[in-house]
Amino acid sequence: MSAGTGLSRLEGRDKVTGAALYAYEYPVEDPLYVWPVGATVANGSVVEVDPAAALADPEVVAVLDHTNAPRLGQGGIADQHVLQSPDVAYRGQIVAGVVATTPEAAREGAEQMLVRYVERPAKVVLDPSDPSLEEPTAAFGGHPGSDAKGDVDAALAAADVVVDRVYTTPTEHHNPMETVATIAQWSGDRLLVYDSNQGPWTAAVAFGALWDIPPERVEVVTEHVGGGFGAKVRPTPGAVLATMAARVTGRPCKLMLTRQQMFTMSPGRSATRSRIRLGARHDGTLTAVDHDALQYSSVIHEYVEHTGAATRTMYATDNLRITHRLARLNLPTPRVMRAPGHAPGMFALESAMDELAYALDLDPLALRLANEPAVEPAGGLPFAGRHLVECLTVGAERFGWATRDPTPGMRRHGRWLFGTGLAASTYPALQRAATATARAEPDGGFHVWVGAVDLGTGARTALWQLAVEALDAPPSRVSIHIGHSSHGQAPLAGGSSGTASWGGAVRAACTALRERLAEHGGVVPADGLAVTGSTEPPPPDRSRHSYGAHFCAVRVDADTGQVRVDRLLGVFAHGRPLNARTAHSQLLGGMVMGVSMALHEQTVVDPRLGMFVNHDLAQYHVATNADIRGLEAHSLERADDDVTLAGGKGVGELGIVGAAAAIANAVHHATGVRVRDLPITLERVRGQ
Amino acid sequence: MRAFRYARATDPGEAAALVAGVPDAVYLGGGTNLVDLMKLGVLRPGLVVDVSGLPYDTVAHRPDGGVLIGGAVRGRRLGLDEGIRSRFPALTRALLSGASAQIRTQATVAGNLLQRTRCPYFQDTGTPCNRRSPGSGCAAIPGVHRDLAVIGTSDACVASHPSDLAVALAAYDAVVEVRRPDGEQRLVPIHELHRLPGDTPWIETVLEPGDLITGVHLPPPAAPSATYRKVRDRWSYAFAVVSVAAVLRVEAGRVGDVRIALGGVAPRPWRLWATERALVGTDPGDDDVRAATRLAFADARPLPGNAFKLDLAADLVAAVLRELR
Repeated sequence: MSAGTGLSRLEGRDKVTGAALYAYEYPVEDPLYVWPVGATVANGSVVEVDPAAALADPEVVAVLDHTNAPRLGQGGIADQHVLQSPDVAYRGQIVAGVVATTPEAAREGAEQMLVRYVERPAKVVLDPSDPSLEEPTAAFGGHPGSDAKGDVDAALAAADVVVDRVYTTPTEHHNPMETVATIAQWSGDRLLVYDSNQGPWTAAVAFGALWDIPPERVEVVTEHVGGGFGAKVRPTPGAVLATMAARVTGRPCKLMLTRQQMFTMSPGRSATRSRIRLGARHDGTLTAVDHDALQYSSVIHEYVEHTGAATRTMYATDNLRITHRLARLNLPTPRVMRAPGHAPGMFALESAMDELAYALDLDPLALRLANEPAVEPAGGLPFAGRHLVECLTVGAERFGWATRDPTPGMRRHGRWLFGTGLAASTYPALQRAATATARAEPDGGFHVWVGAVDLGTGARTALWQLAVEALDAPPSRVSIHIGHSSHGQAPLAGGSSGTASWGGAVRAACTALRERLAEHGGVVPADGLAVTGSTEPPPPDRSRHSYGAHFCAVRVDADTGQVRVDRLLGVFAHGRPLNARTAHSQLLGGMVMGVSMALHEQTVVDPRLGMFVNHDLAQYHVATNADIRGLEAHSLERADDDVTLAGGKGVGELGIVGAAAAIANAVHHATGVRVRDLPITLERVRGQ
Repeated sequence: MRAFRYARATDPGEAAALVAGVPDAVYLGGGTNLVDLMKLGVLRPGLVVDVSGLPYDTVAHRPDGGVLIGGAVRGRRLGLDEGIRSRFPALTRALLSGASAQIRTQATVAGNLLQRTRCPYFQDTGTPCNRRSPGSGCAAIPGVHRDLAVIGTSDACVASHPSDLAVALAAYDAVVEVRRPDGEQRLVPIHELHRLPGDTPWIETVLEPGDLITGVHLPPPAAPSATYRKVRDRWSYAFAVVSVAAVLRVEAGRVGDVRIALGGVAPRPWRLWATERALVGTDPGDDDVRAATRLAFADARPLPGNAFKLDLAADLVAAVLRELR
């Protein structure tokens, strides 16, 4: 029962029986339904909104557009400033909202809306020769926009061997099963929002800022969430629209995005283009590492995917340079998605390392072992646990790497070509400020409140286990309460930091409560006893990351170029898990996302219309069960990885990072074809 | 989604009577495509007549080896039919490679044949599309068309037909049985059911108002050796990039009879007549099959994003005939 035990999830039964309430399902009195209308131009201005046809339906109660929508405050980000101006920055941006007594009438009303635009030329393609590229001073996550040590150019000029290649990843979308859903209800100047998001407290702060009211007057309820992956880290434009509709009509307003709407009314991942230059001596010593990363943001808000960030921490070199550049496109603002920065960046770096190994005639495993740093290569900080070498060597042993013949394109049996590849993984071990409250009741019960959210990860269960352990109380007497902004300051579920942060606060609160109880001689006062605990981010005195290694076996149809992943084995060092079962599921899930990223996922942009063309799950492919086989995740629990107050390091995203490179490297080994652009489609494998 | 009237027909005459004179009436089978398109606003019928309960729900094997598959037979039922599996293996393989188990449980044979293109622009009312909105233009030709057709297209439309089942039916020379509103039966070879787009891509089939597909007749198979292989972007639940159904009889080491149909390349299942003619009587190697396949693509109109399908089709046909020999 204590932390670490592999319990199944507390809410599992409620979920499979339908008893668990998701945001859209809360019963409210006399609700209305909101349907957003998305722009059909990629750049321009709305010149006329004619709601007459929509309003002709008696079921349609109201139509909102930029001329009549409530004015919002200055807080929040530009994407959230819904209907505050006639300007259109990207196709799909909300230009109107239809409010009706049924969802069907709202949808039909939205279809009947006539919106006329002045259209301007739009830029929607990521182009490295774009003269207006920006060089941002900072990338997301506090990473510097550019970073250098030594003299990279001189080292490349002097290197025995240089690999100089460009790797690209496409725009992608999170596609959680539960789309964005919101019920908004005003009582005077108090706002109640049932909302599918990744952080009820941060959402309440954002809603408060947008409406210019103190966050305490906003209650955000997020008990259960059907996946987020970064799509729900901030209130989406649709959620803001729902609060507007509720304000205007004075009734509870419900909104749930369609799958198609999710592609423009919630964020995606920026396409990336990484030019990697590696210089090395014949013996495999890296003498230069240069990672020049290009990504995009919208024209209304700056988000800089930190594509080069992982390169700061991976391999020893005296000469290191990382640069980020940013294009401004008429596309929705991208945002964090499933190992942001690291997933695309490590596809590039770990593919380049494989190419370097071939250029040097060295084993890719040996090349990595030869360049293991003593301290973080970029900043010189000592590592707070690393174990990359151990992950690689343990993985190699389990996988049977030693017998591998490196020659590409020579293992054919019947129609199939076989190959293997490896790649390293890393992800930051973040911990953010959080508070929790623990209360002892006179009847012997304990309650713990923390503004956490469970996206389906098992966070609720892990936090409960932590509370049971810290309180040293009978499990049946401990209740955990999450998912309400009124539970207090708490970070969102993102960056694999949620459980580490909330867990630290839970441990602090529960430990303090035990101490207070001891002061009371172990007797709970008649009106109970409550203690609040909190955690702060650790000082930046060490390089805090988890590490891992993927080993992959693929087969490729020699006639068609179709790729099948036969085996994907990961070994990960992340310290002590709070729940062995859900942590293992997180790693496996991450690896599945890695397979998807490698072989399937891409949001295709129409270069003329600025439209995300394949905007449904029939066309936006993720791996199906048939695509997944031979998946194994192994964890190394090493004490020096226990760097958070909760225990070890987050595991939500570690399994994704590097998987795509391992698969691409295996495809090269099978076929001799190096695919440097994701996804690895059959025509790319066929060289077409 | 436009409000619509719904009626359930209990016999074919009633179905025809219900839709007679109602220009925005449609028949409803399993609804797996129609209802999606209604939600998207692509189709806006005023009357939906449910014909899934009509008595066309059996698979009848005939003494001569032919089969009559009812138009209302569900995909799951057809996929489990042992007689089909043993004598028309390409058909079973095609069927089971389509959609998902859940969708096959709902979808009907007639609906499968009449399903609409999955061209992304056809499915998005915010874009031009001649097939959905006559005269509005084609966004796919200058836009994203990787999954669309390379042959049989026109300047107005490059949509591909998404069915797997229809490709196998084409290789087996199936005949579609149609009930006219007056009760007369009309027989339409599968090769003629779907029209090429030409200047009128919105006219997709040769069916006329009130016509109801009641069944599909399979003549006795030309050869027992047959298969269906679907090249797609993942191993389940994806439309074909290119697929092939092939029926082959080898006589004394030479091709005695061969029937090849492709999916994913054209606005309808695409029979490779020229390839078949070139191969009969020969003992072809892979390169011969590739060359013969290219003969059938002499009139292809590939676009930059899907030109790879021509080589892929040639490689795929070669691979499948290699397997069948």
